Amino acid sequence: MSSVAQIVQKVRSKNAGPFWLTIDIFCGSPAAYAQIVQGLSTDRVATLFRTTPDEIKRFDIKDLNVVKFSLPRPTIQGSRTDRDMHGAGWAPLIAELEIN
Amino acid sequence: MGTRILIPSGALGLGYDKAALERAVAEKPDLIAIDGGSTDSGPSYLGRGVSKYATESTKIEWQGLIEARAAAGCPLVIGTAGTCGTDSTVDWLYDITLEILSDLGQSAKIARVYSEQDPAKIAQTPLSPLSAAPDVDADTIQNCTHIVALAGAEQIQTALDTGAEIIIAGRTTDTAIIAALPLQNGNHAGAAWHGAKIGECGALCATNPQSGVILVDFDDTGFTVTPMADGAKATPHTVSAHMLYENSDPFILFEPGGHLDVTQATYTAIDDVAVRVTGSQWVPSDTYTVKLEGAQIAGYQTILMALLRDAHYVANAQIWCDDIMAKHASKVADRLGLDAATWHAELRIIGQNANLGTLEQRTSDATELGVLAILTAPDQATANTLGKMMNPYLLHHPLTQEEEQPTFAFPFSPAEIDRGAAYEFVLHHVMALADPMDAFRLVVTDV
Repeated sequence: MSSVAQIVQKVRSKNAGPFWLTIDIFCGSPAAYAQIVQGLSTDRVATLFRTTPDEIKRFDIKDLNVVKFSLPRPTIQGSRTDRDMHGAGWAPLIAELEIN
Repeated sequence: MGTRILIPSGALGLGYDKAALERAVAEKPDLIAIDGGSTDSGPSYLGRGVSKYATESTKIEWQGLIEARAAAGCPLVIGTAGTCGTDSTVDWLYDITLEILSDLGQSAKIARVYSEQDPAKIAQTPLSPLSAAPDVDADTIQNCTHIVALAGAEQIQTALDTGAEIIIAGRTTDTAIIAALPLQNGNHAGAAWHGAKIGECGALCATNPQSGVILVDFDDTGFTVTPMADGAKATPHTVSAHMLYENSDPFILFEPGGHLDVTQATYTAIDDVAVRVTGSQWVPSDTYTVKLEGAQIAGYQTILMALLRDAHYVANAQIWCDDIMAKHASKVADRLGLDAATWHAELRIIGQNANLGTLEQRTSDATELGVLAILTAPDQATANTLGKMMNPYLLHHPLTQEEEQPTFAFPFSPAEIDRGAAYEFVLHHVMALADPMDAFRLVVTDV
């Protein structure tokens, strides 16, 4: 088992507008990309964000060695319950996941 | 006929490399385009109709671009002026522009494109929700302090048609100010929008992203992106990877009047610095729609901060906070008789889970913890009162009755900080327009 962060170059989360969150996993190499594609299921990401897999858009982009997830923001940007205006703080949730 | 667009930076206010700008101006651009805003800094700017950047700083950067425009002899266009693109921020930048022109002894034809909408009118307009849009009713829409529509390429083209040398546009899509001229010149439509998306953050699509300045050349089959700073390079990887940035879908981008599809795009290095892109597709839509953004007041807030350094309290911070919340709520009910549904209190433990809340997976032994109290009420006076009633608990609340009264660190006096109105975004909808200018106003002045 390794954490996603140990396998890949960088995990980034950002707002995609006030209502969506997008998470880019820059794997850095075909080998790391293959490991993430195989080891990180959409179900696990959904569980992490307490949502359902059908709410998550997943893009496995081989040309870039990138796996991207987009989902409705867990809290609407800037709403009273929001804790992270720019959405950058959700990346560690993925980076710290242990995968096979 | 090719079109060369100079993009100095991802946004006015972020700065740009002056030497790179000079080099780009020498390459004879047909237009200088810069974005002035985004929703990324939150709903307060739209809610209040103000810019996030300092007027003084904006003036310095905008003057550099007005000088560059005069040297290049081409139009200068800013979209989403003043962070949110309301009428007030268009006028704010217009006033700054007048000062600069006067300082420089220059004259110019200035076009202002206004994007602001009347909430009462929008409340009566049929709207279509986009994915993950919140539910809205006519009352919610009417309560918005500001609503803007995102202009596309057509509105910018209308402004260019006036012969304006400086165009100050309210809310526009990030791409519209870049795509407008290539489209008008009959360049490849897919390339116009794709190149605009790649270029909208300036040199973020290249190495050395802080340098800002890039040139994008559009023609009838594709586009070429060239960063202008010393040592900055665009590669097929840096350029194609930029489609990921702040996009929920890296292949499809919706704009007024259609969508861009880059699934078939190919990225080729021309040399060590520039990248050529072809194969992007523009798919026109049957109806012309523009997206709306709106913000309303969600309440007024007072915040306080306390610091826990005592190891016993650090270890039991959540219990301490839960106990304070219960006692505070009970005191508010007793003394103010407020309906609990009208106000809200929250304690966020900084150092524990203030960023992720209940989604946090990790625990750690902290040396100290911050406790951020957030009180929200229908008016500022009530929020402040709620804060004052929270204050004694944050200062002295003991975990157990038996112990000597503890005291915790407050970084400020008074501990209560009034935040003013807290705004929230309420619209993620589109409306159809018979004519692209129907929801926008153009004002042209010679100064």
